[in-house]
Amino acid sequence: MANIKVLVAKPGLDGHDRGAKVVARALRDAGFEVIYTGIRLTPEQIAEAALQDDVQVVALSLLSGAHNTLFPKVVELLKEKGLNDVLVIGGGVIPDADIPGLKAAGITEVFTPGTPTSKIVECINANVK
Amino acid sequence: MAFEEIKAGLEKYTADVEAKLVKNPERANLVPNRLYTPIDLGENFDYMTKLGFPGEYPYTRGVQPTMYRGRFWTMRMYAGFSTAEESNKRYRYLLANGGSGLSCAFDLPTQIGYDSTDPMAEGEVGKVGVAIDSLADMEILFDQISLDKVSTSMTINAPASVLLAMYIAVAEKQGVSADKLRGTIQNDILKEYAARGTYIFPPKPSMRLITNIFEYCSKNVPLWNTISISGYHIREAGSTASQEIAFTIADGIAYVEAAIKAGLDVDAFAGRLSFFWNAHNNVLEEVAKFRASRRVWSKVMKERFGAKKAKSMMLRVHTQTAGSMLTAQQPNNNIVRVALQTAAAVMGGTQSLHTNSKDEALALPTTESVTIALRTQQIVAYESGLADTVDPLGGSYYVEALTDKIEKEAWAYIEKIDEIGGAPEAIAKGYIQKEIQDSAYKWQMEIEKGDRIIVGVNKFTQEEEPPKNLLRVDGSVGKLQAEKIAALKARRDNAKVAETLAALEAGCADESVNLMPLILDAVRAYATEGEICGVMRKVFGEYQPHTTL
Repeated sequence: MANIKVLVAKPGLDGHDRGAKVVARALRDAGFEVIYTGIRLTPEQIAEAALQDDVQVVALSLLSGAHNTLFPKVVELLKEKGLNDVLVIGGGVIPDADIPGLKAAGITEVFTPGTPTSKIVECINANVK
Repeated sequence: MAFEEIKAGLEKYTADVEAKLVKNPERANLVPNRLYTPIDLGENFDYMTKLGFPGEYPYTRGVQPTMYRGRFWTMRMYAGFSTAEESNKRYRYLLANGGSGLSCAFDLPTQIGYDSTDPMAEGEVGKVGVAIDSLADMEILFDQISLDKVSTSMTINAPASVLLAMYIAVAEKQGVSADKLRGTIQNDILKEYAARGTYIFPPKPSMRLITNIFEYCSKNVPLWNTISISGYHIREAGSTASQEIAFTIADGIAYVEAAIKAGLDVDAFAGRLSFFWNAHNNVLEEVAKFRASRRVWSKVMKERFGAKKAKSMMLRVHTQTAGSMLTAQQPNNNIVRVALQTAAAVMGGTQSLHTNSKDEALALPTTESVTIALRTQQIVAYESGLADTVDPLGGSYYVEALTDKIEKEAWAYIEKIDEIGGAPEAIAKGYIQKEIQDSAYKWQMEIEKGDRIIVGVNKFTQEEEPPKNLLRVDGSVGKLQAEKIAALKARRDNAKVAETLAALEAGCADESVNLMPLILDAVRAYATEGEICGVMRKVFGEYQPHTTL
């Protein structure tokens, strides 16, 4: 499973990227090739980056509460670009009640605060196509 | 001689303990020394130079002579969500329940200068704070709150001048003149570039906006704290205690330099500079951090900038308990964490305090959880005794040694940043971001390896039901704000708006102009925040971040 390429991305206006950066680094240390987009990207910019960089995984991080709007939008735009096999996962301050809806919208797994980074690695290894 | 006796005693004690360590081992990963004694302070520990008296240079023991024996710190709860109407209700609830100052949380579009109708605002309206699009919203936000009676802190940075102008304009409508207004704007753009992310403009025009505010307020809003130089977010992003105060004081140095360069006299504005610290988990380290920060800043102001007034040398600080230390697991445990963090902030001598609520790792807090957080401060104030004497830990061998250590580490960073060319340059090069990220990663790996225990997260875990009764922001806020903006644009004098915006645009292009009066004119004419910031974006351009991993 070498050379899995992961795009760690922050949609929306939220600037809290401690988690995104820690996850990006942990994924890199776990042997993935990781691209971190930086903060304040539109869903369109994220989908375009996923296409350009030919990634297998998009990992979204959001702490502002806009996840119900922005996460599904990223999935939708990836599909529009024909990226149907890209694994999309997400994390942040996300109430449990929102998780089923996000999963139904195509977010394979949602990681909430306190998750060890090893769980994210496992999830990617188990689900990447 | 006493010192020699202590030294001999310590040697004997250490030898005895270490001989028995195999039989009586100590816990792994302990950072402090086993024991602190007068030896750690050194034989020549000079009380007057290191500590002095409260309210006197170098302010190690506090900025006021009697600290909380006179009055407690301001209990200032950061709040705001959804619409101005909803947030106004929460503010009046907090004031009615013993909150002594307001602290406004704005939503991200407001913080980044977008109207609620901007495509960039999609999904974000009213989420992390209240949506403010124009003076009309601000009038509702402070409805039935007398601005001459309350002090208000506003977490607003890139568009700080716009929100301050709105506050002044609301006061005018209440018949309160600007010289009576008390409060703070965060207005700290450097830490936005480094750690928090709500920047708009590039550094140069941003620094101009900040010095424009310093100048305008020194003449017109003299009681206003024109900046809250913030370590809080640097710490939240993962820094250590020493990095928090070092990077923040380096930012402070940059602001003072910019203002002096713009022709202001240091003593004319320095007394209105304020700081913002994090109250983290390690109680005694935090107390030492507060004490060390006052010592460092007073020295910077006196020796580096030649400040003469005492007020210019005092590091006055607002504090918030560490949001990043709240756990989503077993959220009731957070009440205990916040109580300890509160104790640290109080023993550290804060001037005001926000306490986080137990449910904030999951959502914005409910009224019930906010009430517990406020009560926590009241219990520490009235019941714990921690506020009954000044600097209660002064003279503790451990706390004094730790204060010295943090001070030393902070100076080393400040010198390093000076070598790089100052905080703006260190941020442009990604140096500060990298240092913070490395600390954040180290912290996370310690947790994952079990070297650092977080109760309920990597030890003492249990199965639990998903928490109920979380606050949810109604998804219709965006639509509601859009309707309000449409109605506003139909009823205001649009010619007047265009005229004030054109004047602002011309002012932006001329560096010698102070933009505050022009922004105030546009605000009074009910130009929206997005329109005002749009004009500034047009002239100033937008900041391009430096992203490193």
